[in-house]
Amino acid sequence: MKSSKIAMMDLYFMDARSKLIDIAAFMDRVERSGETGDYRYGEFVKALEALRSPDRAEGVLNLLSDPSEAPIERAGAGPAVGAYKKD
Amino acid sequence: MRYIEPHAHMVSRTMDDYQALAMAGCRAICEPAFWAGFDRSSVAGFYDYFCQLTEHEPKRAARYHIAHYSWICINPKEAEDPGFAREVIKIMPEFLAKENVLGVGEIGLNKNSKNEVAIFEEQVQLALDHNQLILIHTPHLEDKFKGTKLIIDILRQFPDIDPGRVMIDHVEEHTVKQVVDAGFWAGITLYPESKCTPPRAVDMLERYGSTDRLWMNSACDWGVSDPLALPKAILELRKRGFDDASIDRFVYQNPLKFIRQSGVDVLPDA
Repeated sequence: MKSSKIAMMDLYFMDARSKLIDIAAFMDRVERSGETGDYRYGEFVKALEALRSPDRAEGVLNLLSDPSEAPIERAGAGPAVGAYKKD
Repeated sequence: MRYIEPHAHMVSRTMDDYQALAMAGCRAICEPAFWAGFDRSSVAGFYDYFCQLTEHEPKRAARYHIAHYSWICINPKEAEDPGFAREVIKIMPEFLAKENVLGVGEIGLNKNSKNEVAIFEEQVQLALDHNQLILIHTPHLEDKFKGTKLIIDILRQFPDIDPGRVMIDHVEEHTVKQVVDAGFWAGITLYPESKCTPPRAVDMLERYGSTDRLWMNSACDWGVSDPLALPKAILELRKRGFDDASIDRFVYQNPLKFIRQSGVDVLPDA
């Protein structure tokens, strides 16, 4: 049971503000370094669209995910990178 | 506050970490078999690793009065070589019979390949044949949604599977609902970068915690991870207004309820 109603804005606003500025600074940094053509950046920008709808966390994760359903033939080398290359 | 760390790879951690866990209230650690950061070159390498999990690591934990239990398997990454994986599977029954082994895990998928699927299916069958609990790793990052769906579809093809004896780990906001709705247990992993933060984990507990089939873990290993992630999530639960009884349910009673189904005498004095 929860003891009382907690003010989420009091608890999380400064942390979220900091992360929002980090995202803005990241995008500026990528732009300055001329890497906006990297597919991961493109998928990142597309995922920001999920912020306009309900269930934003789920939406961002879905937009960065592999949408296919069948197993792949073989696992490639290297780790997951965080954004599925759709094109 | 007492808690159980239901998923930690302590073979990759130091004694300092054991001390910190003990001081934070950790009463028991459950350690699944996993990818060591490199592919092992022989079945003997796995045999030694399983001995490390079942014999050596419990002694290290005991120095800090922490109970230690383990899970045995060939991990999904090294399952990409199915011939090799099947040789490892042959040595697993010897370890599954040990009194401190909880079941088969963490099996599952890594890149969602056909070989991974085949070895996953074979280890599910092995678990059923030996009446073992199952702990499942879902893929990382962009492969997680697809892999989780594949895993649930595969499990549904086994008529003898009891979802209450299967833990599907590393859920996030886009996978937790399908796991819980299918009746399986769901694990929320707290990672600094690649999985969940404590605030996101508490969000999911608020939405789905009424099922009781949820736990949180640090999954601390050799990568970017935090062995004290669970105590930090406990603090987050307090900030969000959860009372001690609810927190105890999430971090102690729920994992205890799941792992005691193994038949192992888990925390006999609890």
